[in-house]
Amino acid sequence: MAKKTTDVLVDPLISNNPIALQILGICSALAVTTKMETSLVMSFAVIAVTAFSNLAVSAIRHFIPSSIRIIVQMTVIASLVIVVDQILKAYMYDISKQLTVFVGLIITNCIVMGRAEGFAMKNGPWVSFLDGIGNGMGYGLVLMFVAFFRELFGSGSLFGIELLPLDRNGGWYNPNNLMLLPPSAFFLIGFLIWAIRAYKPDQIEEA
Amino acid sequence: MQQRDSLGYTLAVAAVLCVVCSLAVSTAAVSLRGRQEANVKLDQQKNILDATGLAIGEYGVQANELTMKEIDTLNAYVSAKLVDLQTGKYVDAAEDLGKYSLVEEAANPDTSIPIENPVFNPGEPRRPKVMKVYFVKKPGTDKILQVVLPVYGKGLWGTLYGYLALKSDLETIQGLTFYQHKETPGLGGEVDNPRWKAMWDGRKLYDPSGTPAAMVFKGPAPKGDEYAVDGLSGATITSRGVTNLIRYWASDDGYGTYLGELKEEINDDKSSASEGEK
Repeated sequence: MAKKTTDVLVDPLISNNPIALQILGICSALAVTTKMETSLVMSFAVIAVTAFSNLAVSAIRHFIPSSIRIIVQMTVIASLVIVVDQILKAYMYDISKQLTVFVGLIITNCIVMGRAEGFAMKNGPWVSFLDGIGNGMGYGLVLMFVAFFRELFGSGSLFGIELLPLDRNGGWYNPNNLMLLPPSAFFLIGFLIWAIRAYKPDQIEEA
Repeated sequence: MQQRDSLGYTLAVAAVLCVVCSLAVSTAAVSLRGRQEANVKLDQQKNILDATGLAIGEYGVQANELTMKEIDTLNAYVSAKLVDLQTGKYVDAAEDLGKYSLVEEAANPDTSIPIENPVFNPGEPRRPKVMKVYFVKKPGTDKILQVVLPVYGKGLWGTLYGYLALKSDLETIQGLTFYQHKETPGLGGEVDNPRWKAMWDGRKLYDPSGTPAAMVFKGPAPKGDEYAVDGLSGATITSRGVTNLIRYWASDDGYGTYLGELKEEINDDKSSASEGEK
């Protein structure tokens, strides 16, 4: 009945990636990926929220009345997001300022809700917890991929360390400003989905 | 399964869940508040250091990259006073200086007045009667190098709170930073971009008739324009908000009266001081 635990963890990375296959959580993937640092923190925030909301929802799944189950999930998720937001504000103030509303918007990230409703309601706490980590990492992987290209070509740096000396600082690289704007993340995610589906043709949907 | 969907059970689950979740949230909020407030305060100090250009001037980097020791060194340049904007006079209340909170003052009807200026309007309902202004002086001397004015006004998603630093002529802008805002990252959020902020240096706050004229242009600012900086692309409303708030706070409804008083004070000092500039 239950899938193998390693599958639960590894599947969402590529073969069932929440962004690339399920096309969920795109909004924040566009917004926070101009820098790798913010993307990394955002990824960890989402991993923590999906993992623990899955754990909590799964632990109480036999007690949740079906008529209010969505609201129950939402309450659990919202509480976790607030806690994560508070922790970021206390320990990583600068990054939490850059992430602004997007930490709060994890509440509405379809990945979290989707996993709680689609997986945690039907599976045990441990395997749900791993599923949450797996899906969070799948999301984080795409974020890091997009942020890698956006920061490298948009700002000439990775994790804030300058690799391509910018012309405005006396170097030779003229940064691509499009990379700093949200549409570039659309293109990059598009290319990524193309690459994944070329590699795994079974992901292609029938027209 | 029958029992699981009964009204009483549903209500009970909802109630228990709410209590547990609110406990978790409030525990986190209360236990972390001290740290968060310290962060906010430090961030405001850093913003003042950036607005005044002190961080760049002394250490060549943004205030964010300074160590605590360097920040303390620079904070020795900065002092604060409370000013009644109506009269333009200082308020003698040393004990209130540390407690002063812009947001609380503006929210309290006793300490604030409604903003009803039809020409210069920052889109905010009220402003405090008393504002906390900052001065930049060389430690141990009394000559005012810069004055830093807290400003705020509506952007697209919420209020922008920031600092406007003026050079000692009180007409030329030194810098502008926002320490709190809700603008879209990458668009309106570019008010935090150091390159954009650097454009404010040297802009004139007033036109020759004394009317507030500094602004954010729509598109690239024309070459040689003394008042305008480039607009933020994709952020028309944020740009307009910044223009509105600067002009409001520069007007007589804002710091206009006080700046007039301060100018006299500085000029008096100058004429009485025997040593010239520098």
